[in-house]
Amino acid sequence: MSKRLGVGGQFIDRSKPIKFQFNGRRFSGFKGDTLASALLANDQVLIGRSFKYHRPRGIVSSGSEEPNALMNLGENETFEPNQRATTTELFEGLTAFSQNHWPSLNFDIGVINNYLSRFLPAGFYYKMFIHPRPFWKYIYEPFIRQSAGLGKAPSVKDTSDYEHFYAFYDLVIIGGGISGLNAALTAAESGLKILIMEQNSEWGGRCLVDFPFINEEPGLKYISRILSELRKYKNVTMRSRMMGAGVYDHGYLLGYERLNDHLSTNEGPRHRLWRIRAKQIITATGAIERPLSFPGNDIPGIMLASAVRDYATNFGVAVGDKVAIFTNNDDAYRTAITLHEIGVTVPVIIDARSSGGGELAHHAKELGIRVENGKAISKVFGQKRVKAVTICDYEKSDANKEKIECDSIAMSGGWSPVVHLFSHCGGKLKWDEDLAMFRPDKAAKPTSSDGLPFVTAVGSANGFLLMNEVLIDTLDGSRTAIRAAGGKINNKKTKEFLDKNEKAPEAIWISPKDANIKKRSKTWLDFQNDVKVSDVELAAREGFESVEHAKRYTTLGMATDQGKLSNINGLAILSSTLGKEIPRVGTTTFRPPYTPISLGSIGGSARNELFQPIRKTPIHEWHEKKGAYMEPVGQWRRPFCYPKEGETHQKAVEREINQTRSSLGLLDASTLGKLLVTGPDAGKFLDMLYTNMMSTLKVGKCRYGLMCSENGFLIDDGVVARIDEQTWLCHTTSGGADRIHSHMEEWLQTEWWDWKVYVANLTEQFAQIGVVGPNARKLLEKIGGLDVSKDALGFMEWKEGKLGKYDARIFRISFSGELSFEVAVPAGQGMAFWKELIELGEEFGVMPYGTEALHVMRAEKGFIMIGDETDGTVIPQDLNLTWAISKKKEDFLGKRAQERAHMVDPNRWKLVGLETLDGSVLPDGAYSTAQGFNSNGQRSTQGRITSSYYSPTLKRGIAMGLILNGPSREGEIIEFPKIDGTIIPAKITSPVFYDPDGEKQNV
Amino acid sequence: MKRYSVFAVAREALRYHQGWGRAWRSPEPKKKYEAIIIGAGGHGLATAYYLGKNHGLKNVAILEKGWLGGGNTGRNTTIIRSNYLQDASAAIYEKARSLYETMSQDLNYNVMFSPRGVMMLAQTQHEIRGYKRTAHANALQGVSTEFITPDRVKSLVPIINIDGPRYPVLGALWQPRGGTARHDAVAWGYARACSEMGMDVIQQCEVTGIRRQNGQVQGVETSKGSIDCEKLGIVVAGHTGVLADMAGFRMPIESVALQALVSEPIKPCMDVVVMANTVHGYMSQSDKGEMVIGGGADGFNNYTQRGSFHHVEETVRALIETFPIISRLKMLRWWGGIVDMTGDRSPILSTTPVKNIFINCGWGTGGFKAIPGSGWAMAELMAKGHSSLTEEFGLNRFKEGKFIDESVAAGVAH
Ligand SMILES: Cc1cc2nc3c(=O)[nH]c(=O)nc-3n(C[C@H](O)[C@H](O)[C@H](O)COP(=O)(O)OP(=O)(O)OC[C@H]3O[C@@H](n4cnc5c(N)ncnc54)[C@H](O)[C@@H]3O)c2cc1C
Repeated sequence: MSKRLGVGGQFIDRSKPIKFQFNGRRFSGFKGDTLASALLANDQVLIGRSFKYHRPRGIVSSGSEEPNALMNLGENETFEPNQRATTTELFEGLTAFSQNHWPSLNFDIGVINNYLSRFLPAGFYYKMFIHPRPFWKYIYEPFIRQSAGLGKAPSVKDTSDYEHFYAFYDLVIIGGGISGLNAALTAAESGLKILIMEQNSEWGGRCLVDFPFINEEPGLKYISRILSELRKYKNVTMRSRMMGAGVYDHGYLLGYERLNDHLSTNEGPRHRLWRIRAKQIITATGAIERPLSFPGNDIPGIMLASAVRDYATNFGVAVGDKVAIFTNNDDAYRTAITLHEIGVTVPVIIDARSSGGGELAHHAKELGIRVENGKAISKVFGQKRVKAVTICDYEKSDANKEKIECDSIAMSGGWSPVVHLFSHCGGKLKWDEDLAMFRPDKAAKPTSSDGLPFVTAVGSANGFLLMNEVLIDTLDGSRTAIRAAGGKINNKKTKEFLDKNEKAPEAIWISPKDANIKKRSKTWLDFQNDVKVSDVELAAREGFESVEHAKRYTTLGMATDQGKLSNINGLAILSSTLGKEIPRVGTTTFRPPYTPISLGSIGGSARNELFQPIRKTPIHEWHEKKGAYMEPVGQWRRPFCYPKEGETHQKAVEREINQTRSSLGLLDASTLGKLLVTGPDAGKFLDMLYTNMMSTLKVGKCRYGLMCSENGFLIDDGVVARIDEQTWLCHTTSGGADRIHSHMEEWLQTEWWDWKVYVANLTEQFAQIGVVGPNARKLLEKIGGLDVSKDALGFMEWKEGKLGKYDARIFRISFSGELSFEVAVPAGQGMAFWKELIELGEEFGVMPYGTEALHVMRAEKGFIMIGDETDGTVIPQDLNLTWAISKKKEDFLGKRAQERAHMVDPNRWKLVGLETLDGSVLPDGAYSTAQGFNSNGQRSTQGRITSSYYSPTLKRGIAMGLILNGPSREGEIIEFPKIDGTIIPAKITSPVFYDPDGEKQNV
Repeated sequence: MKRYSVFAVAREALRYHQGWGRAWRSPEPKKKYEAIIIGAGGHGLATAYYLGKNHGLKNVAILEKGWLGGGNTGRNTTIIRSNYLQDASAAIYEKARSLYETMSQDLNYNVMFSPRGVMMLAQTQHEIRGYKRTAHANALQGVSTEFITPDRVKSLVPIINIDGPRYPVLGALWQPRGGTARHDAVAWGYARACSEMGMDVIQQCEVTGIRRQNGQVQGVETSKGSIDCEKLGIVVAGHTGVLADMAGFRMPIESVALQALVSEPIKPCMDVVVMANTVHGYMSQSDKGEMVIGGGADGFNNYTQRGSFHHVEETVRALIETFPIISRLKMLRWWGGIVDMTGDRSPILSTTPVKNIFINCGWGTGGFKAIPGSGWAMAELMAKGHSSLTEEFGLNRFKEGKFIDESVAAGVAH
């Protein structure tokens, strides 16, 4: 059994017991435990089921590379699936449930897949479930889906907070093991601003476990000495529980800090995503141990040798009573020695190398541990827990077989440097045949905008495994990075470290060497996704020869650990099957994040109200208080209408229109885009931007203008007012303000960068209120101040001055067809001004009106609306707006495009009005059908409805539309089918339904 | 080649699957082919497949510089729909969608086409109008879609937040026979079928030059030597500009990175595909249980296949707003592809200034769904010189200004 020992455990505090639950059972552990160590301390070896075959799974590792120990953690709003027990720190009240089984962890029906596994090799689903056709959707897929997924889906909204930090450093060091800490120490006096991060809660990395002494100084003491030294430097920021998640172009780096996952409370931000710009990055991310591939290597109780050591040394946990060791290198002997020291039996060390190990092996033998060289495991007994193993000659599976009892196996297939962060941004790797590993290629580091390298790997992350080499490489690499970041270099030397004499590992990719197919189909590569040696061989046999193909075909390395344990082993099998060398087959691409990060942390604090915060006009609150029904318009909310108690929206809109047309209405038009364009070349610039001439506009006058894209399509419209000799105020549509501002800037910055023009977006500086209706002038006169009489302020003119106590700019323009003024006042005066208008307007029965009334009134007048009559394919000519296109100008954006063949085609869909015969409202968006079908069998069409409303003024439905040669077909009746097929006939009319001569607006 | 079926799998199981042969041959190039297709992405492979199947043209090579399906075909989020607004688009996408329905049987390869339904949310009045218009157009184009209410949305997607606070769901355009398919399988299935017809799928064979004489194509130079051909199809997505350059003409194409990501797998909680275009994000759940997430393209041109963080940030934020339960899920994988964008965001299937060179590109952010239809049409164009499906997608539309612009119907076009 696995259990807590009476001794050891440098991370745990035995005076602080912690209670937690697993699958509803109560357990206890200590402060400092991970969930994994605490489970092992409670003899919970079976902790989950694999993805495909539902095979029993146990903990394999002690870190973020863990593929098996994934938990449903927490409840309700703090519930999270797929949490790795190995990196989950224990806290009081933690609740965890194992995943992917039914009805229970012990008895899982899904295990039937295991018995069928022979019929379900890699890619089986591509070859099956083809017939009969409907079965995929209705039977096979639902079945496969039900068995998919690992953890449960969260059921309620997450209430935790997340945040982003933006940070700038000269040097960022990722990894707080002996390399990272030494790198930081080397850099501390360089004058650079430094950040060092460590993903675990404890600093020190493997050194704490693997090196009881660093030159006579106990490992733990050595690390705390460096830590306290580093803490003295103000220029060094240290963060534990923070992982380097991704490295991007130009020194951009994501750090993922977990702030309260280890606490019982959910207070404060849960995760913090650091968005860092670094001049230089050092990756001191260490190495990860590789499993060995032998038959039955996935049975619970089989773990990485380093993890077995970690559990003993850091947590005082023995993973079994009898732990057999299987290795191809010297390092695993450390595990044997550690176990021996704490009184755990090591029945045998199976070393695949025929010549055995070096100094450590010698030491183990001295301790009386049985060591078998040139041997391998050919069979593991047990299902939910290892019971025994059969060993045999590594070269020959039927020679010297012997059954040995054990309840755990510690395996070591050598080490793989953690090269992910080095590779994210283009760093290249090279294969080291001696150490059987991919390591960073010094000559092909990721480069930054200046073409120079900006990421340096040091220590084990750079492929060095012996301590002395690690320290030397760290010093060397740090200096390179410090120099590149512009820091000062000191000349301190590292103390030499006397490593044990280790013998080289011997790569063994399959054990025993002659394992037959039966054995190979019981030898696991990817524990979570159930990919076996035989699967990779099958892929190669079927022609999936590139690593990417093999990975996708078998799903190797696509599990939540992203192949941290399985990739190299799988790659080796692939290359030996293909008879190619490993470097010629190559690795798959390393992509961020290093380990999965929460979506919440990516989103950051911009959630709920802070997600695209609502932009509010100065009068917004008044609208809300009056019960306006608000609609999203861009990032604004605008009143759609102001329904009274019990009134439908439709009725409210009608009331608003009637009152405006008969007396007086008010519109909050503050969202209207207001771009101030000024400078000596402003006139020339606007002449290029608008289709009509703006440079000739007189100061004090307004002109309606159209803007096209360089492809000739109409993109925005609005009234332009000339403010002074070199200043124009351009009104844009509400939704278009930011877009048009960028459009202007793009042209100014990329094409006409030598023109002297400045653009300012003043949209939010002003409240703009439409005072509309026959009594509009009377209301303004009642406030007093500026003369707004017809003679003093003619149609399409503007004026500035005091209106009552307000600083006003009045534009005499109309989008409704009524006598109308748009009055802009500084945003701060907006609300007072609006309220005063409402108050003084009472005698005229003044009514605020919303966007829908605005739309209906403009449609009654036949005015176009960007986004309704236009859709990115419509040119001004289609909308009968030729009058607004200057013929004098040599050029403007869209001019040349509008001369293209299709644009000047006389047979285009053009703007008309449409009326049903019975006065009903035409369906918005409907198409008019023409005779027959096109060559692709689609119904031929001859036009479409662009806007359709009920007009309370005319008391019938009105519509605008784009119809083939429309204006010349007035009076003709055409057909509009509804979606259900019923046909509505409509008559083509003029688009101006109301006051065609403009008598009402020109009073 | 062995036919795939449950019986074949069972038979092979007895031999521990040691009897399966190659899914496709791996031949050396011949000296000459009737037709060469450059690019073994979905579109290139489908073109070759239909050249053989519909037009009896089987002396064909497909040249791929990397591994087949390794471009955008193997990087996309696999949304399949045909609810396009413009006639020409609806025609080719619906042709493709209907071919997807029977693709597994046609190719004897399970591509897992899953018509689970695709929904495009309307979150502004403007979008409501746009989608209603699309629904009208679709009815006349023979594409089955409908505009549905927020309640219906909620019942189809229980995990969605329809109340805002920022952008409440006001309705949706719903295509019940849209869905997803397994992207790799589409490429692999076509490659296998092409190989079976006797065509040569040649990987690790980069085209480095295009030989011409008297304005007519002669053959190509490749990393595996020089190969002659009578007809040449260039189907290389993001690398179109490079190949066109070799053939001596220019293309109105820009290449930008488009990114996608998946979460760790969870038990099924979302059966349909949801696209939220106002906030720029879309999500579906794969058969493996991963939430598959995508958004908009980067705003600058590049070839790095990496993409920028801030785009992913915006996408994820938008989807957390739309599906609040996902914020505690973790991002597992994140990648980018280089997409080929045209000025009107519609594809180009066209003859070119060089005789017998044909080009198929510009599928941009949304061409996976089009693969079989595009292959069908492109093959017809190459074999006969014209196709009703490609007519509107010719290169000269940019000269004439006859754009096919879908942007009104969908901000994002996946
Ligand atoms: C992140 C992302 C998400 C997407 N989501 C969707 C979606 O949900 N739905 C959808 O419908 N579409 C989607 N797309 C778009 C879709 O993936 C593409 O439109 C489609 O796959 C393009 O296929 P293709 O065959 O044209 O190109 P590719 O698959 O890119 O194939 C082109 C091939 O040409 C090869 N090539 C290039 N140069 C040469 C040369 N000189 N010699 C030989 N070979 C060469 C390349 O190696 C490549 O294999 C998405 C794209 C991305 C990047």
